[in-house]
Amino acid sequence: MNNNSHSIRTPMSRVRGLGAARSGTDHFWKSRVTAVANVILTVPFVVIVMMLAKADYAGAMKIVGHPLAAILLMAFITSAAIHMRLGMQVIIEDYVHSEGTKIVLLMFNTFFAVAIALASAYAILRIGFAG
Amino acid sequence: MAEFNLPKNSRLTEGKTWPKPAGNNVREFKIYRWDPDGESNPRMDTYFVDLDDCGPMILDAILWIKNKVDPTLTFRRSCREGICGSCAMNIDGLNTLACTKGMDEISGTIKIYPLPHMPVVKDLVPDLTRFYAQHASIEPWLKTDTPAPEKEWRQSPQDRDLLDGLYECILCACCSTSCPSYWWNGDRYLGPAALLQAYRWLIDSRDEATGDRLDNLEDPFRLYRCHTIMNCSNACPKGLNPAKAIAEIKKMMVARQV
Repeated sequence: MNNNSHSIRTPMSRVRGLGAARSGTDHFWKSRVTAVANVILTVPFVVIVMMLAKADYAGAMKIVGHPLAAILLMAFITSAAIHMRLGMQVIIEDYVHSEGTKIVLLMFNTFFAVAIALASAYAILRIGFAG
Repeated sequence: MAEFNLPKNSRLTEGKTWPKPAGNNVREFKIYRWDPDGESNPRMDTYFVDLDDCGPMILDAILWIKNKVDPTLTFRRSCREGICGSCAMNIDGLNTLACTKGMDEISGTIKIYPLPHMPVVKDLVPDLTRFYAQHASIEPWLKTDTPAPEKEWRQSPQDRDLLDGLYECILCACCSTSCPSYWWNGDRYLGPAALLQAYRWLIDSRDEATGDRLDNLEDPFRLYRCHTIMNCSNACPKGLNPAKAIAEIKKMMVARQV
């Protein structure tokens, strides 16, 4: 919709624009849920990383390969990746106002988060199952 | 991208220094000036106010300047007691009302700019057309389907108490124009003033359009551009808390889904 300053439109027409999207609450709620999950999951994540720092290679493989550690790590990565994607989406929407660039960046934001999550999950599963 | 620099023809330049009045009790002011009829950039003029001849408020001082030094200095003012909202401007780095801000609350040179990030009509007068349209867009009036009673719509004292801290808003625009999110996305984000008024009608026990009102706000930009920066609550010259009102709207949005 042409909402630039050269278009002759009433102020009300500009403010109403394309109407309310009737969405956004899901985004808001998911970012809160993942924020709480991140706070909880950061504790085991830090503990596991500290244990890894002290261990040699074989010991580190054993720690990550433990079912509890692997599940906690994957839960942390999933929650963090979702939270990262939601947060970055807001930053892009805040500051990038060119519609084309915005759409491209929003897509790459999703691709990036999914790629990070999948790569991390693959690494953990490989250690867990293949040792 | 969001614009972090002013366009070339809007950048501030050093302006004129006006003559200093006689006397020892003199205060220095630097005030934003821009004349739409000329070609020149905005400038910061320096004025000196004789405090022995002037009232204590910022508005007294700029009226003194207009009356005694420079009649071309342009600003809005009306009630001079903080109820009309006309004299909202950026004083000493904070959006507030010139009539309720005392000169003694500020140390050193007093710098005055128009409300930030709005189109300037002249000097300290911003164009608030969009701001008013945003307020109108939340339909700030009682909406009912039940036929009107013979007398007034009744409301319990407890329900009436819920409107305290909301109905006092004078629409001066100090909050909305202090909000970075409103600066970058004011064309789609309604801003704290309009949202505080939206909440005032959302929680009015007499109103029957709560769901429609929430529908109208549920939007990634209209409502959810608020990132709880809280400049709005910090700026409000009436001591209101728009950030809390917006948080309450977000809670209502979640409450009707879970």
